[in-house]
This record gives sequence, C-alpha cells and structure tokens, in this order.
Amino acid sequence: MGLLELLTPALLTSLAVIGGGAFFLLNSAALAVYAERRVAAFIQNRVGPNRVGPMGLLQPIADVLKLILKEDVVPAQGNKVVHAIAPMIPVITALMTVAVIPFGDGLVGANLNVGVLYLLAITSLGVYGVTLAGWASNSKYALLGGLRAAAQMLSYELPMGMAVASVVLLAGSLSVVEVVNAQRDLWFVFVNPIGFLIFFIAALAEANRTPFDLVEAEQELVGGYHTEYSSMKFGMFFLAEYMHVTIGSMLITTFFFGGYHLPFSSHWLPDIGNWKILLDITVFLGKTCFFAFSYIWIRWTIPRFKYDQLMRLGWSRLLPLSIVNFMVIAIVLWMMR
Amino acid sequence: MKPDILHEKLKPAFQPEHQYAFYKALEDKHTTIEVDDNDPLSTRMILNMGPQHPATHGVLRVLTELKGERILKCKLDIGYLHRGVEKIAENKTYQEFMPYTDRMDYLSPYSNNVALCTAVEKLAGIEIPDRAAWIRMLGCELARISAHLLWLGTMLMDSGAISFFIWTFREREKIYSLFDEIAGHRFTVSHARIGGVAADLTPEALAAVRKFISEFPNEVAEWKTFLNKNRIFLDRNAGIGTIGYEDAIALGMSGANIRATGIAYDMRTFAPYLKYDEVEFMVPTRLEGDNLARYYVRMEEIEQSIRIINQVLEKLNVPGPIRVDNAKKSYPSKDEVYYSMEGLIHDFMMTDTGVCPPPGREIYHAIEAPKGELGYYIQSDGTGHPWRLKIKSPSFSNLQGLEKILDGCMLADTVVVIGGVDPVMGEADK
Repeated sequence: MGLLELLTPALLTSLAVIGGGAFFLLNSAALAVYAERRVAAFIQNRVGPNRVGPMGLLQPIADVLKLILKEDVVPAQGNKVVHAIAPMIPVITALMTVAVIPFGDGLVGANLNVGVLYLLAITSLGVYGVTLAGWASNSKYALLGGLRAAAQMLSYELPMGMAVASVVLLAGSLSVVEVVNAQRDLWFVFVNPIGFLIFFIAALAEANRTPFDLVEAEQELVGGYHTEYSSMKFGMFFLAEYMHVTIGSMLITTFFFGGYHLPFSSHWLPDIGNWKILLDITVFLGKTCFFAFSYIWIRWTIPRFKYDQLMRLGWSRLLPLSIVNFMVIAIVLWMMR
Repeated sequence: MKPDILHEKLKPAFQPEHQYAFYKALEDKHTTIEVDDNDPLSTRMILNMGPQHPATHGVLRVLTELKGERILKCKLDIGYLHRGVEKIAENKTYQEFMPYTDRMDYLSPYSNNVALCTAVEKLAGIEIPDRAAWIRMLGCELARISAHLLWLGTMLMDSGAISFFIWTFREREKIYSLFDEIAGHRFTVSHARIGGVAADLTPEALAAVRKFISEFPNEVAEWKTFLNKNRIFLDRNAGIGTIGYEDAIALGMSGANIRATGIAYDMRTFAPYLKYDEVEFMVPTRLEGDNLARYYVRMEEIEQSIRIINQVLEKLNVPGPIRVDNAKKSYPSKDEVYYSMEGLIHDFMMTDTGVCPPPGREIYHAIEAPKGELGYYIQSDGTGHPWRLKIKSPSFSNLQGLEKILDGCMLADTVVVIGGVDPVMGEADK
C-alpha cells in the first residue's frame, strides 16, 4: 500500500484540523498574554502595552524575542536533564488536547470514541512538568511549588472527573463530538448547572490560575516551580499556562455551552450551506474568548487561597457535591427512561 | 538540622559569625509545636526568606523551620538597613537632623518631622502658634491615610489580589500631590520646623485637600464592600497571626497591632499633643488580635482620620502666624531675612547654632505615628546638638511581636502576617 493511498480526504481533513488547531493554540497563548495585560491594565486603570505594533498587538512577539535572547541558567546542583525536559511536558500535553476538540460540524482532528477520557488523561499529565521542574531545580522554593502543584492536581482531578462524568451521562457517549451534538437543542449548563460550576472551579485549579495559583505564588514562593528557570525554558512554562487557559475555556465551551452550536439552533437556524463551517468556528471561538476573559477577570480581582483552604474546598466541598450531583442526574435519567 | 552541619554546608561568606549565631538561635528557640525528634521522613526543612524577598517589605530576613508547609519556629534578622541615624543626630543641629527623620518611616514622613519637632519644642520650652499646630495635624492625618493605604495595598497584593495595590496607589498619588501643594515636596516633605511649620497653606492647597477629603470616603466605602464579604479574604485573615494583649504589651507593640488586641492605646488620647484634645475622634479597637482585627482597626482609623481632617479644615479658616515670633527659638520669616539686617543675622545664627535647650535637661516625647508610638528621647548639653538622641520606633517593637506571631502559621501566612503587622524596615533598623 503506497503512501498516497493513505492520504484519504478524511485523513487530510483531520491533519488540516489538527494543524489549524495547533497553530491556533500556539498563537492563542500569545494573544492571551496580550489580552491578559490589556485586561489587567483596564481593571487597574492603566493603559497597558500599546507601543509595539498597532495597539501593542506585537507585544507578545517582543516578549518572546526578549526571552530567547536571555541567558539560559541551570542551577549548579540541579538535575540538568530533568530541568530541560520539564518545561516541554506542559506545552506538549496542552498541544495534544486539540486533537479531539470539535471546532465545527465535522471539523475534528480525531473522533475518538473515548475522547472525553483522552481529554481528562492528557490535561492532567501537565502537572508532571511542574512537579519535575520543582524537583530538578534543587531550590526549596521551587520544591514547595512543585509539591503544591502535585497535591492540588490530585485534589481537583476528582471533582473535575465527576463533573465530566455527569456530562457523559447526559450525552450518553464518551465521544466529544457526541457530547457536543447532544447539546444542539439544550446546552448542558442549563441541565447541569452545578456540574458546570464544579468544572469551572476545577478548570481554574488545573490551569493554576488565581485563586488557585499558589503553585507559583509570587509573594511567598518568589515564583514557585519556575523560580530557577530563565530564557525560553521559562517562556515555555509561560506559554503552557496560557495554553491551559485557552484549553480550559474550550473544554468549558465543549462540555457545557454547546461547543459550536448556537442556542436552540436546530429550531431557527436556516441552512446556509458551506458558510455553516465559518459560523461554527466563529461561535466556538467567541465562547472560548468569553471564558478566557473570565479567567483573566478573576485573576486580577480576587486574592488567592491558602494551601489548607484549597484542600478543604477540594475534598470536603467540591468532591461530595460533585458525587451527589452525579447521583442525582443518574437517578433522574433512570426514572425518565 | 544542627547549625554546625548547616554552617558546614553553606559556608557563608558574608558575616560568617553572625550567620552561625543566627542559625544557632533558631535551633535554640523554644518550639511551640512539639514534634518527634526522630523524624524518619526528614520532613523538616530550614527555609531562609529574605533579606531580598519580594514580600518582606524591604530587607527583613526570616529564618523558618518548616514541617511541610507549617512553620515550627522562626527567627527574624534585622539591621540590614542600619544607617546610624541616632549617631548622625549627635553631629547635627536639631533642625538639620529633621530631614533624616523623613527617611526613617518613609511612608509617613510628615509624622516623623512632627515627632522630632514636638520633642525638641518640649525640650526647649517652645509654644507653637495655633495655626501651625492645625497645619501639622492636617499633615499627620494625611500621612496616616497614606501609610494605611500602602499597608492595605501591599497586604492584599501579598495575598494575591494584585490589582488592589494599584487601586490604593492611585489614591496615594493624590495624597502625594496634596503634599506637593502643602510642602513643596511629594515624598520627603520636611515641612515642619522647630517652632512652627515652613510655610502657610496656599488657598490652592486648602481647596485641593477639601476636594480630596470629599471624594476619598467613596473609595474607602467601595473597598470595604469588596473586602468585608470576600470569603477568600476573610478566611485568609481570620484567626491568622493571633496575639493576646498580654504578649502585645509585654513585647511593647503599639499602634494598630495593640489596638487589635483590645487595648485602646493611642498617643493622641493617651497623652494628647498638638491640638488632638480639641477634636472629636474615636480610637477603634477589636478584641480578636488576629490579622482580620488589624484590618478592621486600620480601615476604621482611615475613617477617623478623615473625620479629624474635616474638623481641622474648619479651624484653618482662621488666619494667624505659623511660626513662633522669637528669633532664638525659630527661624525668622523670609521677609525679615531679605529686608532686615537683624533678620539675616538671626537666620544665620539659627542655621549655624540652632535652638539651644537648657543644659542637662532630658525628655521623652511620643506621638502616634501610623505604625504606632513613635518616641524621641533627647538629652541636651546646652548646645544646638543633642547629646544623645534615642528613637523609639514602632516598627522595631512590632517586629518583636512578629517573631512570636509567626510560630505555628502556615508558610503562606507569613507574607499576609508581615503585611498585617506592617513594619517599615527603614524605621526598625534606623
């Protein structure tokens, strides 16, 4: 069988979507940095970056250029190999998630029948990078940051999993495409609001954003796990953080806000042929942008949790609540059957 | 970890004897939480915070022994900003020394100027005119608001709400502009003079203060609605960094730190100076003694300061002299200096010799600075220089309490508690 025979139209579409998705995700990190700085400036009555390019839009490029030109320092007592590998892990895992997210009708990299499980597995792998970075730096501050990251990931993975499980119950499938299609008429946020809240909080925690950013708590830990990182290795962590923001927003959109569907679209939306793809992508990106904005909004408004409060919230509030939510939905669905 | 092992591993190059003694002090310190000495997982860790650390408000150094994230015990190392201010004072005239006080508690320079001037006036027996006292009170209360705004911003920034820092700094900028109008300087004002103040308020300055005081309460109310019901903020502060009133008194804490434990100790009512016995205000207190109590006390103090300023502004409608009309006790006015021979000679003599209090007299005088009781103990030998000048700075005493407060806290609490106790290292190290 030749190589050309493998290149079926379906595979070509998949490759194009994955390529486009990865391209979008990489750029979204840059745009998110810019958005974060502009929104933060707006909240703090400042102007924000407005010098590089039109309205400061090229600021992220200048930032990255600066980071690349910086000297790359590895701590003398640190583990050099792990120190170098650690920043790549969160970036790679973040990039892997776009494969199963549907951007539009038929616009999905791989329609896995266990897509939801794949997403859960991949997003939680990113914490290895943080923990290993903390360990490999041979610095007490970095180590504390890494330990916090591991504990936080463990505690918030469970409620997040339960929230997603309730979504899977409603959709009746583990395929992400099916989950989205099940919301064509009614978004799951209206059916399962508690699940949405739990997922949103857990997603904030997974992305290490305020109020759960104690992993990198600038004030007490000086920067947490990336204290000893410089140059583009630090840039990779930075990139991964903002990619996680985008992915978190995409997942919220996909699981609870109907993905690329407009509300009740099957009832009123006329057939617009191929333009539907453009509309789908626009709707999906619009929703993603809104949630990315909420991430930034929260970050610049409220203080952060303390370690023990974070644990208490995760284990004694969110986990029982998510289990009860799951049970209630299961029972209601069973009775309606 | 034993100090000998630690010392062997670290091989400190800077002040090795001090470093060794410091590690030993931590080892010897009484532990508040009993732990098993046979620590099989060796979960205990010695973590050094500072002197260069983003959240220690300058150059405070905290050496902590951690078990997981909990601080078993800690030691403070201060003195990294020591400039020998007290010794400098012995070689300056009283008036020449005043600009140095600006640089001690650099967040409220006006209070420091007033503290020195009132002390010297008490020593030399100078009665200042009424209007000068009112102007000084205005400056002191503005300085108190400014210092408390910095405390609020930094404490919240340390707990993660970064935007708050900028919101409070916007208001601080306005106060700096007011000081620019009042004193001609934004930061280190040096406006008070022995025997009065440097210059009268211009109508523009008065109008600017009135405008600020009418708008500022809205901002405070906005912050209070944001913070007083914020669960994360309350949880992070309630019951954190608690100290009882016995300990607070024994360690000599003052200011909002002691008022948060229930002791209404405020020099403005305890031993009124200037015209504080002629204005109406309250001394806010709380009973809990924790970080949240300090927050409430300081927020109420801001409101009381606004109340005082409003009363002072009424009194300032009456014109009058702003310095003592006695060339042996205060600078003559610039009119006299420029247009009369005697005035010029007096100005020269004041700058060269200065105020000469009676020989052998010694006094202690304290005012309520934003951080607490700021006292000057001065011994005079009859010349224009102090024989000995000792400064009782509130931050130094408050730091004594901090070491006790931090034992048993979580690591994440350290920054919030340091922010809540609100030391200024420029003042603590002098």
